[in-house]
Amino acid sequence: MGSAPAISARNLDLVFQTRDGPVHALSDISLDIHRGEFVSFIGPSGCGKTTFLRVVADLEQPTGGSVTVNGVSPAEARRARAYGYVFQAAGLYPWRSIAGNVRLPLEIMGYSRAEQAERVARVLELVELTGFEKKFPWQLSGGMQQRASIARALAFDADILLMDEPFGALDEIVRDRLNEELLRLWEKTGKTIGFVTHSIPEAVYLSTRIVVMSPRPGRVTDVIDSPLPRERPLEIRDSPEFLKVAHRVREGLRAGHSYD
Amino acid sequence: MGWVAFALIFWVAAWLANIRLANGRWSNRQAVRIAVPLLFGITLLVLWEGLVRGLEVSPVILPAPSRVAQTFAASTETLWGDFRQTVLKGALSGFAIGCSAAFLTAIIIDRSAFLTAGLLPVGNFVAALPIVGIAPILVSWFGFDWQSKAAVVVVMVFFPMLVNTVQGLRETDAMQRDLMRTYAAGYVQTLLKLRLPAALPFVFNGLKIATTLALIGAIVAEYFGSPTRGMGFRISTGVGALAIDLVWAEIAVAAMAGTAFYGAVAWIERRATFWHPSQRSGSR
Amino acid sequence: MRGSLVQVLTVLAAIVGLWYLAVAPMNIRVALDLAERSGAQVVPATAAERQARPAWQLMLANPGLIAQAYRLDRPRLPTPDQVGRELWKTTGRMALRGRAWSKRSLIYHGWVTLRSTFWGFLLGTAAGILIAVAIVYSRVADMSLMPWAIISQTVPIVALAPMIIVVSAQLGIQGRALPKAIISAYLCYFPVLVGMVKGLRSPAPSQLDLLRTYDATGLQSFFKLRVPASIPYLFTSLKVGIAAALVGTIVGELPTGAISGLGARILIGDQFGTPLAIWAALAAAAILAGGLVTVLDIAQRLTLRRMGMA
Repeated sequence: MGSAPAISARNLDLVFQTRDGPVHALSDISLDIHRGEFVSFIGPSGCGKTTFLRVVADLEQPTGGSVTVNGVSPAEARRARAYGYVFQAAGLYPWRSIAGNVRLPLEIMGYSRAEQAERVARVLELVELTGFEKKFPWQLSGGMQQRASIARALAFDADILLMDEPFGALDEIVRDRLNEELLRLWEKTGKTIGFVTHSIPEAVYLSTRIVVMSPRPGRVTDVIDSPLPRERPLEIRDSPEFLKVAHRVREGLRAGHSYD
Repeated sequence: MGWVAFALIFWVAAWLANIRLANGRWSNRQAVRIAVPLLFGITLLVLWEGLVRGLEVSPVILPAPSRVAQTFAASTETLWGDFRQTVLKGALSGFAIGCSAAFLTAIIIDRSAFLTAGLLPVGNFVAALPIVGIAPILVSWFGFDWQSKAAVVVVMVFFPMLVNTVQGLRETDAMQRDLMRTYAAGYVQTLLKLRLPAALPFVFNGLKIATTLALIGAIVAEYFGSPTRGMGFRISTGVGALAIDLVWAEIAVAAMAGTAFYGAVAWIERRATFWHPSQRSGSR
Repeated sequence: MRGSLVQVLTVLAAIVGLWYLAVAPMNIRVALDLAERSGAQVVPATAAERQARPAWQLMLANPGLIAQAYRLDRPRLPTPDQVGRELWKTTGRMALRGRAWSKRSLIYHGWVTLRSTFWGFLLGTAAGILIAVAIVYSRVADMSLMPWAIISQTVPIVALAPMIIVVSAQLGIQGRALPKAIISAYLCYFPVLVGMVKGLRSPAPSQLDLLRTYDATGLQSFFKLRVPASIPYLFTSLKVGIAAALVGTIVGELPTGAISGLGARILIGDQFGTPLAIWAALAAAAILAGGLVTVLDIAQRLTLRRMGMA
C-alpha cells in the first residue's frame, strides 16, 4: 500500500430518511487522510462530523460516493479490525474490571491468554492506569474512565484511531491533561487519528490538519494544514501561530453559519 | 391482664429503643441494620403471645407462638416430609424448568424483532392473569403427585421470567452495540459478552418474582388433590380438622422456605450484579 | 403499542393455532375410548393396548376419528371455540334471557369476584401508600418495616388463605367477602408500597433543595413535589396491584366450601368433572384481569396527560 491514504473519501453523500423528511447529513465530501496524520473534524452540531466518522467505521451506510479505509471498503476494514473507535462516553462495561474492559476486544478477536495479559498491561501503562486493573469503571473518575476506553481502543493492532468527541464530557483541566497525553501517545504509536471535537483550542492544539464543517447540508468548508511543530507543549496555545490558526478556524465556522 | 400489660410495655420499650438505634450514631452499621427489624419482629411475637394469653383467645382461633413452636418441635418429621414434597419436589423443580425454559425462549425470540414486538405485550398480559386457576386442570393432566405441582409452577413462572429476560436483552444502548460492531464481533460473542451481562439485573428480577410464585403455585395445586403429604394438603386438612397450631407450624415452614428461597436468589444477585447501580448505592 | 398490533395479532393467531393442534393429541385417547364403546372400529382395539402407544401413533392409526377429539363433552383440552361457546352460554345468553344474576351465570360470579377484588384493592392500596409515606418520612419505619414487607411477600399467602377464612367464620363474620378482601389486600399492598417508596423518593436533591430555599413546610413539599413526582410510579404499581388483588380473591375462593365467585366455579368444575366450566371461568377471570388493567391504563394515560407528563 505504501503511501496510499489511510482513509479516502470521494464525493461522499448521506441522506437520512427521518419522520420530518430527508436530512442531508453529508454532502459531497472528498478527503484523504494519510498515514500518521492527526486530523480533527470541527463544526457545530448537525454538521456531519460524527456521521463521517461513523461512515468510515461502517456504522452508517453512505447513500452516494465512496470511502476506502486502508484501500478496502469500510466493512472489510471493520472485519479486518483496522481501527479502534473511542466514543464520547467511555462506555465501559460496569460488570468488567478495568483490565477486563481493555481485554474485551482481545477476547473477541481471539488473542491468546498470555498475549491478552501482556497487551493489557502495556496499554494501561501507556494511558497511566497501571495499578487500577482490578478497579471497576464506576469506581474511577470520568477522566480515568475515558483513558481506559482509549486503552481499550489501543489494545489491538489497529493502526487507525477514530475518536468521537472523546473528551467532550470532561472538565477543562482534565481535558488539557488528556490532550497532552493523547499527543504523546500519538507520537509513540504513530497511529493515524481521526478526531471529532467541538472545541477550537483542542482541534488546533492536537491536529496536523483541521477539517472545518458546516451543517444543512453537512459539508467541508475549509481544510487547514497546521504550521505548528509536532512537539507541542501546552504553552504553545499562547503563541501567535496558534492564535492565527484558531482565528482561521473560527472564521471558517462563522462562514458556514452566515445564513442562519 | 398482666400478660397484656407486659406485651404493651415491651412494645413501647422496643419502639423507643428502635427510634434511638435508627437515629443514633451507629445507624449505618450492619449490626443496627439487622437489629432494628429483628427487634420489630420480636415485638410482634411478644404482642401476639401476650394478647393471646392475656385475652385467653381460643387456640382454635389463634394459637400463641409458644404453642406453635411446641407443635413445630413435636412434628418435625411431618413438616420435613411436607417440605420435601411441596418445596423441594414441586416448587423447585417447577421453578428450574419454568425459568430455564423461559430464559431459552427469550433468547430465541429475541433474534426476531417481529416476535419480540408481538410477544412482549402478550407476555405482559398473561403475566397479569390469575394463572393459579389452571391448577385443577394440570392436576387432572399430570396426576396427584408432585409432577402436577411442578407443572403449575412452570406455567406460573414462565411468563414473568420471559418478559423480564426479553426486556433485559434489549437493555444495551446503541453505543455499546456499536462498540461490538467495530470489533466485528459475532452474534454469539455479542450475546455472551454484552447482552447477557447487561440483562442480568432483569433476569434476577424475573427470578425473584418467580420464587414467590413458585411456592404459591405448588401449595395451591395441592388443594386440588395430592398424596397424603405436602404443605398445601396439610393446611387444608388441618384447617378442616381445626388443628390450627399445626397449620401455623406449616405456615412458619412456608415463611422460612419462602424467605430462604428469595434470600438465596437475592444473595446470588448481589454477587452477580454487584456492578449495577441498584446494588452499589449505599454500600459504597 | 399501536405500531405492534400486527405482530401481537400474529402471535395470538400462532397461539390459537398451536392450541388447536394440541387438542387432537390431548384428547385422542378419550375420543377413541368413546368410539370403542359406541361400537366403532378402533386400532388398537382395547384401552389397555392404547395406553402403551404414544398419542401420535394413535392419531395415525385412526385418522377418521381425530375429528371426534374436537367434539368431546368432557375434553382434557377443549378447543378455543368450545371455551368461547361455554363462556357465551353462561354469560351473554343468560343475560339475554334475563338470568344474568342466576347462580349459574358467570356474570354473577364475576361480579362477586370483582367486588371482593375491588375492596381488597382499595384496602391494599391504602395500606401500601400509608406505609410508603411512613417509610419515606421515618427512618425507624424504613429500617424496621421494609425488611418485613419483603418477607411478607415471600410467605405464600395461599398458605394463610384457608385459615383466614375459617378463623373469620369462627369469629362470627358472615360470608366470605371480608376474608377474601384481606387476602387480596395482602397480595396487593406490596407492589403499591414499593412503587410509592420509589416514587416519593424520586425527586432529585436539587428539587428538594429548591423548596427548602422557599422555606416550604414539610406538607407543602409533600403535596407540591413528592406526590406529583410519585404519580407515574403509583399508576404502574396500581396495575400490578390490581392483578395481584384479583389473584388473591380467586385464591380466597378456592378452598373448599366456597359457592360463589370465579374461583368457586373453578373448584366446582373440578369436583363435578366438567372441564368446560373450569375453562369458561378461567376465560372470564382473564377477561376481568384484562379489563381491570386496561381501565387503570386508561386512567394513567389521562392523568399523566393532564399533568403534562405524557
